[in-house]
Amino acid sequence: MRYLRLFFIQLKASLLVAMQYRLDFLIDLGLAILATSSALVPLLVLYGDRQTVAGWTWPQALLVVGFFNVLRGILNSVIQPSLQAVVEHIRRGTLDFVLMKPADAQFLVSTARFEVREVTDSLAGVGIIAYALSRLGEWPGPLGVAAAVLIVGCGVMILYSIFILVVGLAFVWVKVDNLSYLFMSLFDAARWPASVFRGAMAWVFTFILPLAVMTTFPALAVMNRLTPAALAQALLVTAVFLTLSRVAWLQCLRRYTSAGG
Amino acid sequence: MSKRAVPWYDLLVTLFKVGFADAVAYRGEMFVWLLATNMPLIMLVLWSAVAAEAPVGRYGQREFAAYFLSTLVVRLLTGAWVVWTMNLEIKNGQLAMRLIRPVHPFWMFAAENVAAWPLRAVMAVPIGVAAVWMVGGQYFTRDLRQWALFPIAVLSAWLLNFSIMLVIGCLAFFWQSSFGAFEVWFRLYIVFSGYVVPVDLFPRVLQDALRYLPFRYLLAFPVETALGTISFTTALHDLARQWLFISLALAVAVVLWQRGVRRYEAFGG
Repeated sequence: MRYLRLFFIQLKASLLVAMQYRLDFLIDLGLAILATSSALVPLLVLYGDRQTVAGWTWPQALLVVGFFNVLRGILNSVIQPSLQAVVEHIRRGTLDFVLMKPADAQFLVSTARFEVREVTDSLAGVGIIAYALSRLGEWPGPLGVAAAVLIVGCGVMILYSIFILVVGLAFVWVKVDNLSYLFMSLFDAARWPASVFRGAMAWVFTFILPLAVMTTFPALAVMNRLTPAALAQALLVTAVFLTLSRVAWLQCLRRYTSAGG
Repeated sequence: MSKRAVPWYDLLVTLFKVGFADAVAYRGEMFVWLLATNMPLIMLVLWSAVAAEAPVGRYGQREFAAYFLSTLVVRLLTGAWVVWTMNLEIKNGQLAMRLIRPVHPFWMFAAENVAAWPLRAVMAVPIGVAAVWMVGGQYFTRDLRQWALFPIAVLSAWLLNFSIMLVIGCLAFFWQSSFGAFEVWFRLYIVFSGYVVPVDLFPRVLQDALRYLPFRYLLAFPVETALGTISFTTALHDLARQWLFISLALAVAVVLWQRGVRRYEAFGG
């Protein structure tokens, strides 16, 4: 309960900052629309040429793109800014001030900053999903929606864990901008239905960087096609990633010697 | 500006050496940055999977492989990051350190970016050789004139990229969130330069329009020169257009810079 209250206090602080820059918000909205529509161009070219790609029709592939946008919005608004702030703390040695506070440090740093503006990306994603579903003409049942929401939640947790792991590396290497950039560039592949990727890449995107779980599974869920086994797989992968990141975080804190150390 | 004791080329060579030392010192970091240039590979896998079912336009699997590996090479060789440097230094005041030196900062930026070429080439050249070897020479041009033109096209593409980044970087003098402009530019670049879709798969009208826009001269033009999908005459025309855009961008950058620095000095007080 206390953590929930802390969460809202931190969210409110970020909202106040965001509302100071209203013009920026509008610019970001425009950017999100441009980014979303320009990212659709390869798909448009592709589906201008044929009906299905790797078993996915145009509206079905749009669903994946929609979920990709939703996740990317959450990543850029909630996960990435806070963890960028941790890296700054580590570099300057100000992480000590966070560690001194009487609450869990991982919680505090993870909720420190929200880039409210980036949420526009998620909104665009919801719009795309709605459009794709209307094109499909087949609406998901309550079970499908619940499964999709659950799996998007899993996706967020996996992304969060990966970023905590990247921050863990910051304790060792200090500079990790390029690692998060590298991750973002790989994450971009989640825009495509997972069955497009074959061979080694399919393996990597299922087990090491579970992109399939993040965007293809929720798309399957709203199409009422997700098998219980796949759902179990998503939950399992999420649990593994969360445990891994928590252990890594605690290990890293133990070896953190602060700036003077 | 004080009278220089050393000739300008000595200055440039020194700047280049400093930049190169910097690049070598942070080679691990640079390697990760270069790894992040993986979009052509993802696009290659994607389009190959599509072409496995049936070719798209004139592109079968091998054509796509030749195309996207060339794209990767050209992208690695033409990368610049001056817009990030300028944005950061203008905002946190570090730019003042450059202004007191007796070289125009544009030259310093250029030297820093050019200094990364050797390391970038170490990565790009093997990819290029492997591409020709694996995909097969018949998917590339056999016209020696085109191969002679290719390095010129790549260097010019770098210069165009660099100049456009200078223009956008200068916007930071006038506008707090100028980096948004770069993001808009970059989104358009990704789509219309041939980075994710070969330009000749676009509808005819769009292809024609793109000849009058800068995007294709940053990437598609050198790539198509190497592949031989454009004729030598067309390539020469493209080169001329490329240089038109370079002169335009450089002229705008110089003007913006002069105005910006005037404001900046007044602002810094």
